[in-house]
Amino acid sequence: MQLESMYQEIILDHYKNPHGRGLRDPFDAEVHHVNPTCGDEVTLRVKLDGDTLADVSYEGMGCSISQASVSAMHDLVVGKPVTEALETGEHFMTLMQAKGDPSVAEKLEDELEDAVAFAGVSKYPARIKCALMSWMALKDASARALSVADSAGAPATHPTAPTTGGQS
Amino acid sequence: MTQTVSRSGAGAQRAPLPLDVEAIRADFPILTRTVRDGKRLVYLDSGATSQKPRQVLDAERWFYENVNAAPHRGAHQLAEEATGAYEEARAKIGAFIGAPENEIVFTRNTTEAINLVAYAMSNAVTAKEPEFRTYAVGQGDEIVVTEMEHHADLIPWQQLCERTGATLRWLGLTDEGRLDLADLDTVVNERTKLVAVTQQSNILGTINPLEEIVARAHAVGALVLVDGAQSVPHQPVDVTTLGADFLVFSGHKMLGPTGVGVLWGRYDVLDKLPPFLTGGSMIEVVRMEGSTFMPPPQRFEAGVPMTAQVVGLGAAVDYLQDLGMDKVEEHEKALTGYALEKLAEIPGVTVIGPADTVARGGAVSFTVEDIHPHDVGQVLDDLGIAVRVGHHCAWPVVRRYGVPATTRATFYVHTGYDDIDALAEGIRAAQKFFGTV
Repeated sequence: MQLESMYQEIILDHYKNPHGRGLRDPFDAEVHHVNPTCGDEVTLRVKLDGDTLADVSYEGMGCSISQASVSAMHDLVVGKPVTEALETGEHFMTLMQAKGDPSVAEKLEDELEDAVAFAGVSKYPARIKCALMSWMALKDASARALSVADSAGAPATHPTAPTTGGQS
Repeated sequence: MTQTVSRSGAGAQRAPLPLDVEAIRADFPILTRTVRDGKRLVYLDSGATSQKPRQVLDAERWFYENVNAAPHRGAHQLAEEATGAYEEARAKIGAFIGAPENEIVFTRNTTEAINLVAYAMSNAVTAKEPEFRTYAVGQGDEIVVTEMEHHADLIPWQQLCERTGATLRWLGLTDEGRLDLADLDTVVNERTKLVAVTQQSNILGTINPLEEIVARAHAVGALVLVDGAQSVPHQPVDVTTLGADFLVFSGHKMLGPTGVGVLWGRYDVLDKLPPFLTGGSMIEVVRMEGSTFMPPPQRFEAGVPMTAQVVGLGAAVDYLQDLGMDKVEEHEKALTGYALEKLAEIPGVTVIGPADTVARGGAVSFTVEDIHPHDVGQVLDDLGIAVRVGHHCAWPVVRRYGVPATTRATFYVHTGYDDIDALAEGIRAAQKFFGTV
């Protein structure tokens, strides 16, 4: 069985006991992303404290990979400056494009922590979108939150209207 | 070798199968390959696209190697022979559904065939020829679909309504996975211009009572379009008894090549429809100031057609007719009954759709408690079993039954009991892997 290479124990743990799950107030932006090929969905909120992600909260439904990915992402990005979090997202994207190359995972291990366990997913093109959905949602929500903060000239006190973003 | 009667497990019945599965498998080159580290390919995704027997591949190769030319243009020998092969296939495919050849329009697939009708009906609104305005749709008119439709038989009608100001209405579903016809007479009324309904659901497997729907639609003067994408490949369908005005289906789901689909329409209806796509081949006289168009079917076949694919579909029809569509239907019914019994034996598995084989085809969708369909599909894939997971392009259906997605197994002429046994074992393996049992 090749399954274990994708479904690492760490992934199944995040799936069964997700970290940071639930939508919390207050928040600066909320987005809703879907994976149209399979119907996986995530609603994600970000709360900024200056340029730092003070909280990332979410609800979603979908496969183990999509749900574990958002949980591992929560652990990685909360408390980080937005730019650094998005950079981590870029590195996660690199991992997803590695086609299972172990040297890529090795290089990114320190930075991606639990999320490096998703390396096995990169061997299955149909599942990469599942792992990436939450990171796309984070990128979208962060951009919206920052633009609200910019236009207000100060951190927003009122949340933006929930928006629906598609990734296809 | 015909598989024989025996008992298996807790008692799923293995009645003798009408088709010789081993002999048929030998016709499908792809079934000899292995997947995921040497596993036998158990292909249970024919509902998405069917595999192709050598006879179909040979027919396409024959066309390209011997007579390839653009049909209906040119006077050279190849052009004549290519036209002959194309039109012979049209007649053959027409005969397969009991239709004369001038009622068979080739499209890219079912989706394009439905769009052709939907766009013709909105093009009718502004057609300069009075007879082309016969089926024009506008404000106050209604189009009726069902909650069971594939997106291909839903979105084109939603869009038609948005373009024309018509209203989209639909028939709902019962908890048992059937069409709810309780309000048929109010949903289909004198404002209805067209009723679009699938003959067999691609997700529930349900076979719909078309007779009742057609009778009501025609009583109020509405056209009926039947989506045959999941029925024409799997059961005998004859347009002379179907009673509908249009039947659409795809070649690639019935052992034929991709890139060819069929729109059948009653000639007198087709004749009053303006074109959808325009260009070469479909014109009568062209002047800079304006042009006139050919009668059907050419009016709806702009550009050089998918000639080799049509010839390939002709070979697919020959193949199916040699097997006998009655036998194909019985074969799948036996497999479906067996699959429903095998799945019922597994705790935590719920079939979404009719629970027995009455008015039901071989699309078996199910959920496995506490395991997402994607994850079920991944474990099955690891064992060499190809199934479809997701919403199956019928999102309203999964929403209706309160599940985010399902896993779906579909059967065809090369499917045997061994494939279904592999599926059942695979589901149990997924439950073990994810620790839900």
